[in-house]
Amino acid sequence: MKILVCMKQVPQKDAPLKLNESGAWIREDVSYEVNEPDAYALEEALRQKEKHGGEVVVITSGPTRAGQVLREALAKGADRAIHLEDNAFVGLDAFNTARAFAEAIKDEKFDLIFTGLQSDDYGYAQTGVVLAELLGWPHATIIMQIEKTDGGIQVKRELEAGYFQFVDMPLPAVLTIQSGINKLRYATLIGIKQAKNKPLRKVTLAEVQAVLGPNLQKIEKLYVPQKTKNTEFLQGPAAEVAKQLVEKLRNEVRVL
Amino acid sequence: MSSILVVVEQREGKLNRVSLETLAAGQALAADTGWTLEAAVVGNGVSGVAGEIAGQKLARVYAIESAKLEPYTPDAFAAALKQLLETKQPKLVLMPHTYQVRDFIPKLATSLGRTVISDCIAYKKDGDKLVFTRQMFQGKLAADVSFTCDAPWFVTFQNGAFRADKVEAGASAAAIETVNPAIADGVIRNRPQEVFKEAKQAVDLTQADIIVSVGRGIKEQKNVELAKQLAEALGGEIAASRPICDAGWLPMDRQIGSSGQTVAPKLYLALGISGAIQHIVGMKGSRAIVAINKDSEAPIFEIADYAVVGNLFDIVPPLIEEVKKAKG
Ligand SMILES: Cc1cc2nc3c(=O)[nH]c(=O)nc-3n(C[C@H](O)[C@H](O)[C@H](O)COP(=O)(O)OP(=O)(O)OC[C@H]3O[C@@H](n4cnc5c(N)ncnc54)[C@H](O)[C@@H]3O)c2cc1C
Repeated sequence: MKILVCMKQVPQKDAPLKLNESGAWIREDVSYEVNEPDAYALEEALRQKEKHGGEVVVITSGPTRAGQVLREALAKGADRAIHLEDNAFVGLDAFNTARAFAEAIKDEKFDLIFTGLQSDDYGYAQTGVVLAELLGWPHATIIMQIEKTDGGIQVKRELEAGYFQFVDMPLPAVLTIQSGINKLRYATLIGIKQAKNKPLRKVTLAEVQAVLGPNLQKIEKLYVPQKTKNTEFLQGPAAEVAKQLVEKLRNEVRVL
Repeated sequence: MSSILVVVEQREGKLNRVSLETLAAGQALAADTGWTLEAAVVGNGVSGVAGEIAGQKLARVYAIESAKLEPYTPDAFAAALKQLLETKQPKLVLMPHTYQVRDFIPKLATSLGRTVISDCIAYKKDGDKLVFTRQMFQGKLAADVSFTCDAPWFVTFQNGAFRADKVEAGASAAAIETVNPAIADGVIRNRPQEVFKEAKQAVDLTQADIIVSVGRGIKEQKNVELAKQLAEALGGEIAASRPICDAGWLPMDRQIGSSGQTVAPKLYLALGISGAIQHIVGMKGSRAIVAINKDSEAPIFEIADYAVVGNLFDIVPPLIEEVKKAKG
């Protein structure tokens, strides 16, 4: 099976985010990592390839720094990478990002495209499904298991509150992958070495510009959410805080 | 006349209650904009749900009926709703941000050349402009987002963003219009099987009075023991955020949140949990919430009654001792 994995670079979970005066977040001086569900999507693609053969290709869009997620993916075992490299790509909405990806892969023939089910930064949960619609392919979201069948694949969708559902579907298809579908591997030293010689195709903004339109939605501003609940902050050395908390649990929460 | 369409969700002919929150949002938006409020329900045999919705304050309910809409598939739902939207041309289309909606709404919007502002928690009307507020960076920041395209504008609202008990009943029942969409053979490509629950749960956390819940801040599997000791001292149950169960450090049936259990104990003590919305929906009904987190800006503090900003490994050991002392 030939599988494309869409991956996004996002700020590290613990990274403090700063806002500028116009209400945008400052992208410089932030540490980045791969979007967590995308890491699971890559792992799943590698496992499918190990079982059924084929090829795993990874794609991302963003400035030079975003290439790091591709290098990590190549080190873990992806065969080649595509980088839509331009700072302008970070400003695209999900519709335009999907259009750019569709254009960049128009000469390829994939059986499956995986994305993470949503990103840890903006969390739109849309790019994968939009891409499926643009390509005219079927899709399934929040996937926890994938088995090859005679006519295509059978996937296990996660539903709310501990429910699941198996869905049979034809190929090619787009799947959005949920964290926890598998156990992630680490890159090996050999893998990191080999990654340096794997093909990485760069795609410029100009190459895909013709298919992009104006963004359909716009972030007016970002801000720190206002606290609505009256939270009591307990302060002091650990032993002191422990005493205070137990006092609250006894007299106010009344569980002791 | 401009209109707002709320698409409610049903399963096996029963209304998903979160739809009432979206209706409340729709009623508020209708009052603010002066636009007409309508609702739609999609499926096979949905007249009961349509009747229930028609009792609320709105102008009309569309019952979109077809045998091809059961079981749910994104292909059939997108096709059926596209036909309705093309004929009725609402300005604003609202849905709850459920697993089902997020499965088909990006497809539906894309098929019309439009976009979705997803998982919103509020809206503002700024002159003639509508702005929708959504969480970003897992709740660390909020964003005001607007549409820069023509209607229809698609918006999904997060579970809990509006209050279902704020829905106003109508003076008289709204008209119900049954719509039979044409869904050609071959449109539906996925073949879904029955919905099921994984092997029966061994623990029922909904009955627990006290829950000590651990998140990724616990760092290593062996440290979960520390949280267990606290739970034991308090006479409570141990639970966890999703990554802890994904890693296999605690069994899946200890997971709290949208894909785990929903609990409302007297005390919920969160250790090293950031407070992502998918976790919060599973525990926000707790009577008292205590959060211990080293990051003073962790979103969990937004809903905590008592907060300790600090390293859980410093605080939990003396806490266990104090609890033991208090219990004598
Ligand atoms: C469709 C979907 C369904 C989901 N369902 C669920 C669900 O049912 N349940 C669920 O929980 N999640 C669910 N999630 C995942 C959710 O979005 C979050 O990723 C998850 O809840 C984060 O878990 P966490 O808080 O343990 O980890 P993190 O977000 O990584 O937070 C760890 C926290 O620990 C703190 N910390 C670190 N070290 C220390 C220390 N020494 N002392 C004190 N604090 C420390 C950090 O400051 C941080 O706030 C779902 C996601 C999706 C997209």
